[in-house]
Amino acid sequence: MTAPLLSVEGLSLTIQGTPILRDVALTLAPGETLGLVGESGSGKSMTALAATGLLPRGARMRGAIRLDGTDLTALPERDWLRIRGADVAMIFQEPTLALNPVHTIGAQVAETLRIRGTPRAQARRIARERLDRVGLAGVPADRYPHELSGGQRQRVCIAMAIACRPRLLIADEPTTALDVTTQARILDLLRDLSRDEGMALLLITHDLGVVADMADRVAVMKDGRIVEDGPTAAVLGAPREEYTRDLLAASRPAPRPARTIAPEPVLEARSVTRRYGGFTAVSDVSLTLHRGESLGLVGESGCGKSTLTRALLGLEPVQDGSVHLMGRPGGTAMTRADRARISVVFQDPYGSFDPRWPIRRIVSEPFHLTGRPPDAEARITTALEQVGLSAADLTKYPHEFSGGQRQRIAIARALVTNPDVVVLDEAVSALDVRVRARVLALLADLQDRLGLAYLFISHDLGVVRALCDRVLVMRGGRIVEAGRTADLFDAPETDYTRELIAATPAIPHERPRRMPHDRPALV
Amino acid sequence: MMSGRIRLSPAGWIGAALTALFVGAALLSLVWLPHDVGVLDISARNLPPSPAHPLGTDHYGRDMLSMLMAGARTSIAVALLAVGIGLGLGVPLGLLAAARRGSWLDEVVMRGNDLIFAFPSLVIAILITAVFGPSAVNAILAIGIFNIPVFARVARGGALPIWTLDYIMAARVAGKGRALISFQHLLPNITSLLIVQATIQFSLGILAEAALSYVGLGAQPPTASWGRMLADAQTMIYTEPQLAIMPGLAIVAMVLGLNLLGDALRDALDPRLRRMGV
Repeated sequence: MTAPLLSVEGLSLTIQGTPILRDVALTLAPGETLGLVGESGSGKSMTALAATGLLPRGARMRGAIRLDGTDLTALPERDWLRIRGADVAMIFQEPTLALNPVHTIGAQVAETLRIRGTPRAQARRIARERLDRVGLAGVPADRYPHELSGGQRQRVCIAMAIACRPRLLIADEPTTALDVTTQARILDLLRDLSRDEGMALLLITHDLGVVADMADRVAVMKDGRIVEDGPTAAVLGAPREEYTRDLLAASRPAPRPARTIAPEPVLEARSVTRRYGGFTAVSDVSLTLHRGESLGLVGESGCGKSTLTRALLGLEPVQDGSVHLMGRPGGTAMTRADRARISVVFQDPYGSFDPRWPIRRIVSEPFHLTGRPPDAEARITTALEQVGLSAADLTKYPHEFSGGQRQRIAIARALVTNPDVVVLDEAVSALDVRVRARVLALLADLQDRLGLAYLFISHDLGVVRALCDRVLVMRGGRIVEAGRTADLFDAPETDYTRELIAATPAIPHERPRRMPHDRPALV
Repeated sequence: MMSGRIRLSPAGWIGAALTALFVGAALLSLVWLPHDVGVLDISARNLPPSPAHPLGTDHYGRDMLSMLMAGARTSIAVALLAVGIGLGLGVPLGLLAAARRGSWLDEVVMRGNDLIFAFPSLVIAILITAVFGPSAVNAILAIGIFNIPVFARVARGGALPIWTLDYIMAARVAGKGRALISFQHLLPNITSLLIVQATIQFSLGILAEAALSYVGLGAQPPTASWGRMLADAQTMIYTEPQLAIMPGLAIVAMVLGLNLLGDALRDALDPRLRRMGV
């Protein structure tokens, strides 16, 4: 058996008295990829920070973290400086925040080398070579981070991380902030680097699909413990633990059974165009949403779906075309009474509520449109009960609720005026998979009971499939493909849709396919 | 407040205690003073501390403790009203600029701010009081005008990031206008910023009032004022140094107290720290 590069043994961690990790054990062989999966708060990022000596103040650790057999737990900061970057490197979720906006990308990649005494000219040459290696051959080294796309920025972060050819790369949700096609390319790059440079990869993610694609072995974390680990094929193909099975089930939501929707348009856009100066954000878009129907709107960031949403909600004017709600003028032309017929749920469960408002006031805010009805109190309570909360929650504040509960509150706020149309703008994208599954079930149930029409905006095709009857694919401000969900997934007509579907990480139901490259036997 | 009690650092408690001491003395002076500071008694001049005059008397025979208490009243009233002018005009202007970000309104408000910032505040305050006559009211106006752009900037800077949040979008979907959103959502969420800034401007106001009184352009006799006590005492700095030291110490202690309190409030009200605490 190969001696492990990284071995974590019996690692327990408390931060200011709160237990974060309990008895965590991991090993990582040279060149191996280990997927560390878990929901938010499961301790996966803290495990990574412990392995790089970057724990926050007030952290107390027991157990051992060995790199090449040397225990790192008691290492003074000065010795860590030698190890970080040279032996262990890290990349993070948000490349925009991980890069210094006032330094060129070349300087930032060279910095890792410079602080270890590499002469300036040589550091610059190696930096260029590393940038070429991560697929930025066409990008000059004197560019600044803001001149690059999100995917390119993450490539720069990877170039920085591999500048000194570390033997272990820790990637903490490296593709979560990226579009699905960009994600696929970044994952390809990480896979190639791991193979070509013999670099071990600790891949931290909430996405089992990514793990299925990438990892040799997988460890599942929950509440600071590793509940299950083993070869990826075994864990995903035949999970031993109930928790892993739940995660798997929630990660591949079942497609919604086909439904027949009687045509009764509630929301219509006719050849809508929205320009900002010379830039056309939405170009000649038409769509029809019928009563009780779920219409998916899929596209990558910058495709114009947010602009279209704002136009449909009447928050922004359109230059050409028109919007209609229930056959009456929609968009900015809506009357106040009509505005109460359409509501919205946003992505961010933390930014969706004024932190200083109690739930009662938050949920009743849409009554501003209609005037406070006499039965307001009863309707607020009904709305909360419809989403599975209770009247006892009315006096609480948003910070007292978890992410999933907050999204329920947002749905209650959207329901309180008994609307016909609810716009769900990435409404489940920020949720953990198991919570997401429950919120999706709630949405489907509310639709059946209340006859709501959903416009479901998402970048996640799997989720769209679980809820939507029809799907529109948007790119560059235009609708490039539209169709019934099953048809679109089974027989996509355009290359772009095919690319989107192919790029979505899938968890195989049977035994996973072999890794796309050969790897020496590890055991 | 959602998180209940505010926790202050030890330095913050010292600042709060100093501030409370002077504010308490000023409030007390409204209803009671050990001695009447309007009465001159040359025979009792420059007395050392005694039970009747705990801090002695000045060169006109007035009780120093009573003078300091009455001076605190003047300083605090001038600084407080000047902060009030800054808050009352600056915050609405800042919120307006944030609500109309990038529009001509924003430009006008912010360039107007720059214009006021471009003048040295104390010199202009001296000019204003010299032209319109030295009085406490003119001192308040002169100091207050320079508080307006400070609060406008703080309010605008605090409001801009909040405007991008989803709950603002939700309020717009609920049909609320910018003014209502500014009042209902933005103002409460920038209160902590404003409190901290008000504390700092308050201490600067104390200093400015003292400086104006020192050059004879603040509150006029017989109103007691720390700045004029200093000015009166300077001719006797070698023979009766305590007459200059006591109002000087009062100014230093008040300003120090307010600064310590302001710093501690900033830490205690910082939303990021607070969120971790809840």
